[in-house]
Amino acid sequence: MKFTKPILTTMALSLSATTSLADGHMASDMTLVSWGGAYQSSQINAYADPYVAMNPGVTITWDESSAEAVAKLRAMNEAGSITWDVVDVVAADALRLCDEGLAMEIDADEILAPAPDGTSASDDFGDLLVGDCFIPQIVYSTTFGYRTDMVPAGVEAPNDICDVFDLETYPGMRALEQRPINNVEWALLCDGVAKEDVYDVLATEEGQEQALAKLDTIRDSVIWWSAGADTPQLLADGEVFMGSTYNGRLFAAIEEQGQPIGMMWDAQVFDLDGWIIPEGLSDERLARAKDFIYFATDTQRLADQAKYISYGPARLSSAPLVGQHATLGIEMAQHMPTDPANAANTFLYNYEFWADYRDDIDAKFQAWLAQ
Amino acid sequence: MSDTTGSGPMLAADGRPLKESLGRALRRQKLRALALIAPLLFFVLLTFVIPIVSMLIRSVDNEIVENTLPGAVPALAAWDSATQDLPSEDVYQNMFFDLFNASEARRHTRLGSRLNYETTGLASLFRTSGRNMDSIGEVFQDAIEDVDPRFEDGAFWYAMMNGTGGDAMLEMRRARWENLMDQDMSADIGFMPSQAIIEILPTTAAAYTDWAIWTVIDDEDVVSEEDPWESVYAALAIDLRNPATGPALTAYQGPGADALQALAAADLPELTFTEAFLDLDEDWGDKEVWETIVVYSPNYTAGYFLNAVDAQLTSEGVSMRPDNQQLYIQLFIRTLQMSLIITGSCILLGYPIAWLLANLPMRTANVLMILVLLPFWTSLLVRTSAWKVLLQQQGVINEILVWLGFVDDANRLILMNNSTGTIIAMTHILLPFMILPLYSVMKTIPPTYLRAAKSLGATNWTAFWRVYFPQSVPGIGAGSILVFILAIGYYITPEIVGGTDGVFISNRIAYHISSSLNWGLAAALGTILLVLVMALYWCYDRIVGIDNVKLGG
Repeated sequence: MKFTKPILTTMALSLSATTSLADGHMASDMTLVSWGGAYQSSQINAYADPYVAMNPGVTITWDESSAEAVAKLRAMNEAGSITWDVVDVVAADALRLCDEGLAMEIDADEILAPAPDGTSASDDFGDLLVGDCFIPQIVYSTTFGYRTDMVPAGVEAPNDICDVFDLETYPGMRALEQRPINNVEWALLCDGVAKEDVYDVLATEEGQEQALAKLDTIRDSVIWWSAGADTPQLLADGEVFMGSTYNGRLFAAIEEQGQPIGMMWDAQVFDLDGWIIPEGLSDERLARAKDFIYFATDTQRLADQAKYISYGPARLSSAPLVGQHATLGIEMAQHMPTDPANAANTFLYNYEFWADYRDDIDAKFQAWLAQ
Repeated sequence: MSDTTGSGPMLAADGRPLKESLGRALRRQKLRALALIAPLLFFVLLTFVIPIVSMLIRSVDNEIVENTLPGAVPALAAWDSATQDLPSEDVYQNMFFDLFNASEARRHTRLGSRLNYETTGLASLFRTSGRNMDSIGEVFQDAIEDVDPRFEDGAFWYAMMNGTGGDAMLEMRRARWENLMDQDMSADIGFMPSQAIIEILPTTAAAYTDWAIWTVIDDEDVVSEEDPWESVYAALAIDLRNPATGPALTAYQGPGADALQALAAADLPELTFTEAFLDLDEDWGDKEVWETIVVYSPNYTAGYFLNAVDAQLTSEGVSMRPDNQQLYIQLFIRTLQMSLIITGSCILLGYPIAWLLANLPMRTANVLMILVLLPFWTSLLVRTSAWKVLLQQQGVINEILVWLGFVDDANRLILMNNSTGTIIAMTHILLPFMILPLYSVMKTIPPTYLRAAKSLGATNWTAFWRVYFPQSVPGIGAGSILVFILAIGYYITPEIVGGTDGVFISNRIAYHISSSLNWGLAAALGTILLVLVMALYWCYDRIVGIDNVKLGG
């Protein structure tokens, strides 16, 4: 690869005059929005670099604004000038953007590639096509990591979500995200509510109070995080015994940095991350955005991304193609949240529920925190 | 000078009255002065006044409800929630057409998100219902097309509906679309509703006109070549239910008259829109849903401001939220308290340093000055993160205390993720804003005054307290205002080290701007914060006097 890159660059330079003619109906500049860090690198390696290699003359600019994408897109929309072409957001934000009319509605079979065996895109992505605007890329999960050296002597390492709420057996600080989503589900689950009833219970005032009351039992032992990097850092510093974060962050801390951290996959919450195309692009830019998305979400590209980060590809057909980590050389399949050994007990983020209840429960959650 | 002898007005050299001439010269001077400051004025207007005004407007603006439901909102005026259980069929019928149009334009979900801030569940109610509006219309479409297949043909519809005299209807429907879409929809659409049809089939004409405008302007199609929306068929069925329509149709001679007359005689579905909506989602039979729409139907609302002070607007009037949902007043009070504590600690720490700076020999003072300014030149995030490293339980400070034996290893101090962390980090970050004005004021206090006081027999303390300190008060005033006003709006430091009881109101504003997208509430909270700061400034002016504030010599 190292040799081909400069060659491709020179080719790109010499060909740019002809390609701009050939691609006359597509814009040659494209702004992609993502999260920065290891995740964006995996996208650059798996999608963007190969795409530019195939389409010399296309320049891709990255904007690390995904965390504020919803607000920024709304501001752009109000100002009447959309500067982003393809935006990476979590599914809940995609749903919100779709509701606000800020993301374009898509027809999966029309704009996404079918699987190599001919299965249509909508079947290949299946249930993961959440809402009308979202194009899934990866499945990630919010799960717990714990300090292996802080497990009390003679006690089994935590392997049950309720160990988080068990301060007697597992004393120490916990890191939880400073929002109700996930935390209230875990709290109810460990307060005797059956998994299938969790959202029915949460829809009631009493259920919400029950969840907060359960969280109250560990409240003094919780550090609340707001950025995905917080928990791995807190674990690495020994500030907390266990903490929730995205599984890819824990993978990096364990495998790449060699921290004494263990994974606890029980009751991990699956969530999706993917692309949306903003509403209101010009025809040329839209054509380019669609062309990129068609390429970047095909079976091979999604499988390639798993070489760089431990998130599961959103296509069924990509799973068998997941190979080894690009630099560490370890098999990635067993580190995927979707691996059967890890996915014995899982939750899928309930988008419909949280789109309705997010503001309400968040207000109660924050009021509870402020007490 | 000869002019003065006359009885007329004093004249200038060019023969004009002196007063006028002077006035003109002054005006020119004023204009020139204005031109000089024009760039700055323009800049201030653009970056300061306009955003603040737009924030104020946003905190009360509520046009989205009536713009999205232009039919249902006026119809709901007749509904009395105290005596009637559910709104009338007329309301449901209007709701159908409003939601149908809104969902074609993808605006129904926006309204759902807006109303979901007030009543949980409305987001999904509007999302799923909007999507299903065409299925209600299809019931009528299928029945009508069964009676006469000509109704499947766009050209047939066009011939029937197109005519002359419907300008008023066309303009009214256009205005509705423009309100909904917030964009110009005035282009020619090659269609004019026929006055004859409007008189006999008013609902149909309105629905067809809505569809025609959208088809031409948004879909960029030709009206006569496209098939109308399902809502047009539903409208036709509604018109035919009116007992006056049948007789009126028998007299009608225009295009499609026979088809319409046959239709009037045929049996069309009896489905009422109330049934259709309740069938779609039982929440449409929930009084609370309709009450929310009524309460939030005016174009301007106090709802955001009420939310911002832990109150709520319901159909029964204004009431406080339940205890477990009260948040903002507490946060406002905490923000003010902690800002005061931070200002106080800045005075305590900054005063001696400023005194040293002002009184040490130049060389030493310069080194000290660099130490004061150094944090200024470092990124705010870096400084705050550095405090994290220092303050955490396994951090530098705790390690040292444990090593020295002051603190037990098992009971390390909790210095961050609480208000202590915020106060420590923010005091450090804002300290230069206290030291610099203090220093510049102290620099101007002649050292001879102190010496004079002492030579007259004052003790060190009296000399300081009675002579030096009063002269340094303007510096304290300036520093306090700076630190306090900066602190009250601080966001990033409390976010990083504040944990739960160390966060400020700004953190909630940021949440509503970037995460919940409830910009109206964020604007209301911001406006309250602005008013609070201005009120405190006014108090300060009355008590201390703003003339006593000095930023420098």
